[in-house]
Amino acid sequence: MTETIHETFARLMTLDRDVLAIAWLSLRVSLTAVAIGLLLGIPLGAFLAVTRFRGRSALVGLLNAFMGLPPVIVGLVLYLVLSRSGPLGSLGLLFTPGAMVAAQAMLATPLVAALTRQVVADAEDHLGEQLRSLGLSAPRRAGVLVYDTRFSLVTTALAAFGRAISEIGAVLVVGGNIDGHTRTMTTAISLETQKGDLSLALALGIVLIALVVTVNAVAALLRGHAVRAYG
Amino acid sequence: MAGITLTDVVLVLNRTMILDRLSLAIPPAGITALVGPNGAGKSATLRVIDGLLVPARGSLTVPGTRRAFVFQKPALIRASAAANVALGLAALGLSRTERRARTGAALARVGLAHRANDPATRFSGGEQQRLALARAWAARPDLLLLDEPTANLDPGATDLVEALVAEMAAEGTKVVLVSHNLAQVARLAADVIVLARGRAVEHGPTRTTLLSPRTPEARAYLDGELPWSSLAAAS
Repeated sequence: MTETIHETFARLMTLDRDVLAIAWLSLRVSLTAVAIGLLLGIPLGAFLAVTRFRGRSALVGLLNAFMGLPPVIVGLVLYLVLSRSGPLGSLGLLFTPGAMVAAQAMLATPLVAALTRQVVADAEDHLGEQLRSLGLSAPRRAGVLVYDTRFSLVTTALAAFGRAISEIGAVLVVGGNIDGHTRTMTTAISLETQKGDLSLALALGIVLIALVVTVNAVAALLRGHAVRAYG
Repeated sequence: MAGITLTDVVLVLNRTMILDRLSLAIPPAGITALVGPNGAGKSATLRVIDGLLVPARGSLTVPGTRRAFVFQKPALIRASAAANVALGLAALGLSRTERRARTGAALARVGLAHRANDPATRFSGGEQQRLALARAWAARPDLLLLDEPTANLDPGATDLVEALVAEMAAEGTKVVLVSHNLAQVARLAADVIVLARGRAVEHGPTRTTLLSPRTPEARAYLDGELPWSSLAAAS
């Protein structure tokens, strides 16, 4: 145990190019997936918060349930869609970082949409009447409420990032854990643990945690600065 | 502008009768106050006039093209004071130059021009309500609906808001004011409508109605609420 910890720190001190490449790929895939999740999830969540239509409650319930989608199931469904005989097989995305981005975006989007709906609905409770009285259309009201809740939505983005970067099931199935191509932090940690290289697995784990903490710290700093400036 | 009329308006919310065949004829100019006990339907009446609530039955005539609503708690977004005023102009199809000019004029009107770029959520309660009035005024409304606009304000801030409302009414904007502050009603309103249990029980000139109510419902409400001494002193 002590020896493993010594080796772990030794490897951290001499971070090699492979570890950095894996970390960079993980970060790139997850940040891209979160960006897609925000682009799709925020408008969807805000729309559901400001509109009333038949079946809306069922849709909200479904979205809330999808926040807990098992990543490996998402991976499996996407695998079937992207496999050579699947409907999008001709794109040749399977076992590429693109497929991993798609998988993580599928996990991030419902999470972003469900949390955005809740945050925007709370804001709608005290601003909705005023915005309707000003004659603003539903899309405009949604836009104003998203702007009003932008600082809270940073937390939503961080939750989506946490879900994306920490999952393993979906990227393993659609990425294939190919060395130098689709190996991410989580798939590498799993592989190295199985191989018995615990010091490398631990070193990767520490790098992964450092990445998550850094992204959260940067977001918290930016949020704090913005809140101080705009209330 | 012709007056506002409500005829046999019925409003039911969550299976509760809020307005029970309410009929009103609000004169076209000046300030009309709606008073009555909690649950009488005052705020609901304002919302029906603004179109925020749709009655189940009855008919409604609200002349004029532009309405503005100022709520008891100013509904401001987390943005600058200027952005909050400009929000009131977003649906009017104005040019950017016109929006900017009207925003500046409205802020100057309520004495907040020097704070145009400050975050609105940092303003005091009185400043926030003045900002809400600036947003309403910027749209040049024919009809201004005020739902207890000074309920949370100190006397100084109340004076400023009352002065602005009186000025807007003097310039031709019709004002319908809901207030529990009967001294304020006496200061501002030309006529008073007393609501009770979703109906208008009395409507008349302010002084007559507040000092000599004809109906038992109006008398019961005013006996509990009217600050007789201040009203007598004001006269």
